[in-house]
Amino acid sequence: MFSVTLESPADFVGWREAARGLLTAGIPPEAVSWHSPAEPPGLFAGAPPPAAAGRSRIPAVPRDFLDIAACAVRHSDPERFALLYGLLWDARAAPGLLRTPTEPRMVRLEAMARAVRRDAHKMHAFLRFREIGTEAGPRSVAWYEPEHHIVEAEAGFFQRRFAALRWSILTPRRCAHWDGEALHFTEGARRGDAPAADAAEDLWLTYFASIFNPARLKPAAMRAEMPKKYWKNLPEARIIPALMQGASGRVRAMLGQEPGAAGRRSRYGE
Amino acid sequence: MDLRAKLALLADAAKYDASCASSGTEKRDSRAGGLGSTEGMGICHAYAPDGRCISLLKVLLTNSCIFDCAYCINRKSSDVWRARFTVEELVRLTLAFYRRNYIEGLFLSSGIIRSSDYTMEQLIRVARTLREAHGFLGYIHLKTIPDAAPELLAEAGRWADRLSINIELPQVRSLKELAPEKDLAGIHGAMGSLSGHIAEAKEAARTPSRAAPPRFAPAGQSTQMIVGADDSDDRHILGTSDALYRKYGLKRVYYSGFSPIPDASAKLPPAPPPLLREHRLYQADWLLRFYGFDTQEILAGGEGGMLDLELDPKLAWALKHRAIFPLDLNRAPREALLRVPGLGARNVDRILAARRQSSVRLADLARLRVPLRKVAPFILAPDHRPACGQLDSAGLRRQVLAPSAFAQAAKPRQLALDV
Repeated sequence: MFSVTLESPADFVGWREAARGLLTAGIPPEAVSWHSPAEPPGLFAGAPPPAAAGRSRIPAVPRDFLDIAACAVRHSDPERFALLYGLLWDARAAPGLLRTPTEPRMVRLEAMARAVRRDAHKMHAFLRFREIGTEAGPRSVAWYEPEHHIVEAEAGFFQRRFAALRWSILTPRRCAHWDGEALHFTEGARRGDAPAADAAEDLWLTYFASIFNPARLKPAAMRAEMPKKYWKNLPEARIIPALMQGASGRVRAMLGQEPGAAGRRSRYGE
Repeated sequence: MDLRAKLALLADAAKYDASCASSGTEKRDSRAGGLGSTEGMGICHAYAPDGRCISLLKVLLTNSCIFDCAYCINRKSSDVWRARFTVEELVRLTLAFYRRNYIEGLFLSSGIIRSSDYTMEQLIRVARTLREAHGFLGYIHLKTIPDAAPELLAEAGRWADRLSINIELPQVRSLKELAPEKDLAGIHGAMGSLSGHIAEAKEAARTPSRAAPPRFAPAGQSTQMIVGADDSDDRHILGTSDALYRKYGLKRVYYSGFSPIPDASAKLPPAPPPLLREHRLYQADWLLRFYGFDTQEILAGGEGGMLDLELDPKLAWALKHRAIFPLDLNRAPREALLRVPGLGARNVDRILAARRQSSVRLADLARLRVPLRKVAPFILAPDHRPACGQLDSAGLRRQVLAPSAFAQAAKPRQLALDV
């Protein structure tokens, strides 16, 4: 039995190196267990695998497969590395396997990659910065709870977008910080470490309440794209119930069946 | 009026524009200075309880207007409070929201004040200030006033990612009746001129030369049609969309179900159209743009110039063209598979990839989470053949009619809430 311990939970390069060594040594998937600092081996950890030496026997792998794999290793499923290695192993005998999107394990892998991409997209969308004053000037701090191991991979998005700001993204497993020059990462944080309020939130809630059209209430469509699990970290979500309760009354007002036409009132907080 | 009250009023007045897209523009980022990025994919930063995406700060510069369009809450004769943002206020709001990752950028529209040129100049000033004074690299969508001077349209395209002019109504007769100050010929003229600029900038960007190409609305132009404010049927609406896509290469036509407004004009229908009609039009629009259908084929799925509200338009079309089915999953060409109800473009491509390796079975489709109830009657696979006579049976319509959650929620009687 062999145990591979990767450097981080989403260590694609490490996985690829290890897989190359294992394939070359002819070690079958059932003889390998995969670990990371977040998923440590138990008491009966096996030996480390042999290093890749000599001619590599890794099969030619389609580009698409590598892209999907690089994404799927960020998934929180503890079986992700084993699934990938199993596919590589079987692809030696059946080269078409990695090009068959309907094969059950390929379906599973694609679903994992899709979940990771969605998690990343939702992080770009639903992360909210709060600005605080520090001795070194203003700093934008966000608390966010991703489902998968995506903080390292997605920090670049926020760097490209907010290179002019100083920011920190705090999450339970990993934190990313940008000081204007370089990104660095630290261990996980707690929600209480992030600021609890922001000066612009009141305006944002006003906007959220005003842009909503009460004549077209479709809460299921909203929840499909913005499931409730995100609501606790979205400042605007706390007024959703009030907006929905007020909806029919506002529709009546808009139809002129109630005094006080909708357009004359500000929507929120007054 | 304080900033919050203005924001409440001018966002409320802007919500009848359905578009909130932030996709399809050039790639930019702030590593070499400035604030913001665009990476091609649009981002919806929140969803309101109406199910709509909130991607941009969508507001009017002012809701004062010298026009009197019957369907519009901001028309001259409407009895609503009026407000106007200063350029500085809009710039500050956009930047404050952007820095907190609330939005992708700004969608700015306005009532017409003083003159078309004056109004257009004000909109441009906001965009120019964001870009030049603040290095703003986020997304900007500017509503374009059709009869503003050509040099103003040219400048708008320099700062904006997307420009849009609303066609408003599918027939010139309705426009005359409901929006007498609007001029259809002028709208077409301006769309044509924008499409010329957009094509020219695209071409220049492709041609290597030392001079930087003139930037012009890299995310193209879009428009919006109001559904259910006049008596136009779906044939009029889709015909108009099709013509606009062909003539001006529009990126999108948005369909906005007429929504009741305060102090409504007597010329308007008393009730909104079912939300489902708008939904079916979007589906039909999709078939038009990505699935190789033409408007005649799409309309053939319905009756008398209206789409079938109960069925999605592809399924409606297939039920009326049963003779070409069932199709062999392992032999039919891509264009034919795209016409199978329930098969989307992405799954068609997966099927094509899989069948290059080995033959594809119905069980494989199940794993791709294809809606089998809808698909199965129309295909042949090694492990599947539609039941004898199923395709000719009168009951097939009922059988495939699986009410989706959306269709359920958007039923007209439920839309009426407790009004």
